[in-house]
Amino acid sequence: MNYTTIINNQTIPVSDIPEISYNEFIDLNTGFLTDSPERHCVNYFGSRVGNQVRLICCIADDNTHQIYVSSCLIKSGDSLDSFTARNFNFEKFEREIHENFGVGYNDHPWLKPVRYAKNRFDQSQTIANYPFFSIESDELHEVGVGPIHAGIIEPGHFRFICNGEQILHLEIQLGYQHRGIEQQFLAKKKLLQRTTVAESIAGDTVVGHTTAFSHVWESLCGFQPSRDIEYARTLALELERMAVHTGDLSAVCTDIAYQLGSSVFGRLRTPIINFMQEWGGNRLSKGLIRPGRNQFPFTPELANRLAEILDIYEPDFLEMNEQLFQLPSALSRFERTGVVSYDDVLSIGTVGMAARMSGLCRDTRQSHPFGLYPELNHEPIIKHHGDVYSRVQIRKAEVKQSMQYIRNLIQHVPEISGNESVFQSPKPNSFTLSLVEGWRGEICHCAITDELGELAYYKVKDPSFHNWLALALAVRNNEISDFPICNKSFNLSYSGHDL
Amino acid sequence: MFDNVKIVYHQGKQFIPDTANAKVPGIFRGRPVISSEKVNEAELVDCCPVDAIATNPVSIDLGKCTFCGECAKRFPNKIRFTTDYKISTNDRNRLIVKEGDEGPIEIDPQMVRNEIRRIFGRSLKLRQVSAGGDNSCEMELNAANNVQFDISRYGIDFVASPRHADGIVITGPITENMAEPLQICYDAIPEPKLIVLVGTDAISGGIHAGNPALDRSFLDKYPIDLYIPGNPAHPLTIVNGLLDLTRKRKI
Repeated sequence: MNYTTIINNQTIPVSDIPEISYNEFIDLNTGFLTDSPERHCVNYFGSRVGNQVRLICCIADDNTHQIYVSSCLIKSGDSLDSFTARNFNFEKFEREIHENFGVGYNDHPWLKPVRYAKNRFDQSQTIANYPFFSIESDELHEVGVGPIHAGIIEPGHFRFICNGEQILHLEIQLGYQHRGIEQQFLAKKKLLQRTTVAESIAGDTVVGHTTAFSHVWESLCGFQPSRDIEYARTLALELERMAVHTGDLSAVCTDIAYQLGSSVFGRLRTPIINFMQEWGGNRLSKGLIRPGRNQFPFTPELANRLAEILDIYEPDFLEMNEQLFQLPSALSRFERTGVVSYDDVLSIGTVGMAARMSGLCRDTRQSHPFGLYPELNHEPIIKHHGDVYSRVQIRKAEVKQSMQYIRNLIQHVPEISGNESVFQSPKPNSFTLSLVEGWRGEICHCAITDELGELAYYKVKDPSFHNWLALALAVRNNEISDFPICNKSFNLSYSGHDL
Repeated sequence: MFDNVKIVYHQGKQFIPDTANAKVPGIFRGRPVISSEKVNEAELVDCCPVDAIATNPVSIDLGKCTFCGECAKRFPNKIRFTTDYKISTNDRNRLIVKEGDEGPIEIDPQMVRNEIRRIFGRSLKLRQVSAGGDNSCEMELNAANNVQFDISRYGIDFVASPRHADGIVITGPITENMAEPLQICYDAIPEPKLIVLVGTDAISGGIHAGNPALDRSFLDKYPIDLYIPGNPAHPLTIVNGLLDLTRKRKI
C-alpha cells in the first residue's frame, strides 16, 4: 500500500503514513480524484523535517467515510510537476506550499502568493506588490476595491477587469488578516491558550473551529468525550448555523435594498445569539467549547428556554421568507445571478454550501460524521442552479433543518458527567485529522506531535480556502453592480483564509 | 403592501428604549469584581490565558482579558463577573480592575479633548478598519447599528469613506499586512479626529499579543480616545462608550 486509511478524528503514528516517491505521490493523489466526485482533497500541506519538506496529502472519500493519507519527502529548492496541472482541486494548496517553502512548480498555471504569511520563504515579496493579472486593451478598464471596504467587514482586495458594466475577470487578493495562527498553536503551551487561539480563527465560526481543535486534542490524548460534551457541541454548531444564516439573509436583503427583509432578518438573529449568551455568557459562543470539558452544561431549564425562543422565532422567520421569495424585485436580483456550474465547483473542489448550491453533495455531517450527527441521520440540502437564489434558498432550508435538529436534541437533555476529566499527555510521533462541518462548510484541522508528545505542527483549513475561487468565477459576465450580492451570498471568511 | 404592514405589525417594537439601563439576558461576563478572599495567587495568575491577572493587589486588566471566565470558574469566591456592560473608558489605567473595586468604569472628563464634545457631541461619523480582527467585533459593530441597538438614532454612523469620517474605529490586533492600509486610512481623515479601539485584540493584542505577525506601531504614534473592551465588545458597551465620550448625558 502506498497510502494509509483513517477515519475522521483518528490518531495514527506518523510512521504509519507511507512515504513514497514524488512520482508515485502525484499519480496516487491525482488518480484518487479522477472521475470521482465523491472524493476531494481536504488538506495538502508541507512541514519542515530537517532541511527537507514533508508533504502530506489527505483525500476524503465521502462514500466509504474514509480519508486516504500519503506523504512524500522533497527538498525546498526542488522544482516539481504540479498536481494542479492534472486536477485543479490542488491549486491553492500548491500555491501555499510554494509560498511557505519555496518549492518550485514547472507547470502550475497560477503560481501566485496566497497570503504573504509571516514565515513565507521569500521575504522580499510584500503584500503591496501583488502581481495582478491584467489585460492590455483600450476597451477594458480595471476597478480596484479594498483592502478596506465600504462597510464594517474584514479587509481584502478585489481587482475587477470590466468590459463596460460587465465583469470579465475578478482577482481576489487576500492576506491582510494574517496573524500566524498555525505558529501560535505551537508557541502557546497552555491548553486554554491554544483553545483561545482556535476561538479566534474566525469569530463567526467559533463553535466550528473550537470543536475541530477539541476533537484533535482529545484524539491525540486518547480521551473519549462523554455524551453531554458532544451533545453541547452538536447543539452549538446548529445554533451557530441558524444565527449566521439568518444574519446572511439580512445582509443579502441589504444588498438588494430591501429594507424590511434586512431589518427583520437582522433582528431575528439576535434571540439566537442572545440565547448563546444565556447559555455560555458570550453572544458569539466564545468560552463555550473546551477540550475534554463541558464548560457550561446544557440544562433542562435552558432547553425549555430555547424551545420558547424557537417557537417565537419560527413564525416570524417563515413569514418574512414567504414575503421575500414572492417579491419579483428580489427574485429578479437572485435568479441566474452569480452562477457557478456543477463542473466548475467539482473542478475547483469547493466544500459546504458552495458545493451544495450546484448539486455537489459535500457535507461532513453525513459523509464523515462526528458528534451526535450519526443519530440525526443528516440529509444534506442540495440545490442545483448554483446562483444567488440557490445559496439563499439553502440558507432558508438549513435554518429550518437546524431548527428541527435542535428541537429533536432538546427533547432529551443528557445527564452531566460530573467527574473532572483527566487528560493524558498527547501521544508522541502521532498524526491526527479532524473534520467538522461549520456553517460555511468543511473545517479541517491536522496536528503532528514530536517524540515528546509536544505539538510539532498544526494545520488549519477553513472552508473559505477552497471557496474564494468560486466567488471569483461566480461574478464573471455579471454586472459589477451585482458583485455585493454575490459576495454576501457566499459570505466567506477573510481571517479564516489568511489565518 | 398589506403583507408588509402585517410583518411590521408582527415585529412589534424592537428597539431598546434606554440603552444606558437595559438588562442583558443570562450570564453575561462584564465588569469583574474581585473580593479580598485569600487564594493561591500563583495558581490564579497561571490560569489566565493572556496574563491579564496581576497580584499585589490582585487585579484584572480588561484591556487584555478575553472574558473567557476561567478565573471565575476556578476561583468563584475571588472573582465574579457582573453583567455591567458599561466598561468603556478613555483612560487605559481605568481598565485595570483591582481587588475591592466595586465602582463603575467611566470616562474621565478631564482627559476628553475640548473639541470632541464641542464638535462631535451631536453627530459623529466613523470609519471602521478591521486590522486582523476575527469578524466577531465587526459583527457586534454591525449589530450596534441594527434595529434593536440602533446607534444611528444618536447621530452616530459608520461611513464608507475616511474623507467623510470624524474618527477611526479599529478592531483586531493590527497585522503587519494591514499596518500600511490602516495608516493610509487614518491619514485620509480630516482633523480633528478620534481613535477608538474596539475589542481586546485591538487594545492589547489579546491572545495574539507579542506575535511576530503583528505590527502595532501605529498605536504608539497617537493618543487613543476610547477603549471599548470585550471579546467581542457587546453592542451596549459600544453604544454607551461612544455616547459617554462625545456628550454629557443624564443617566
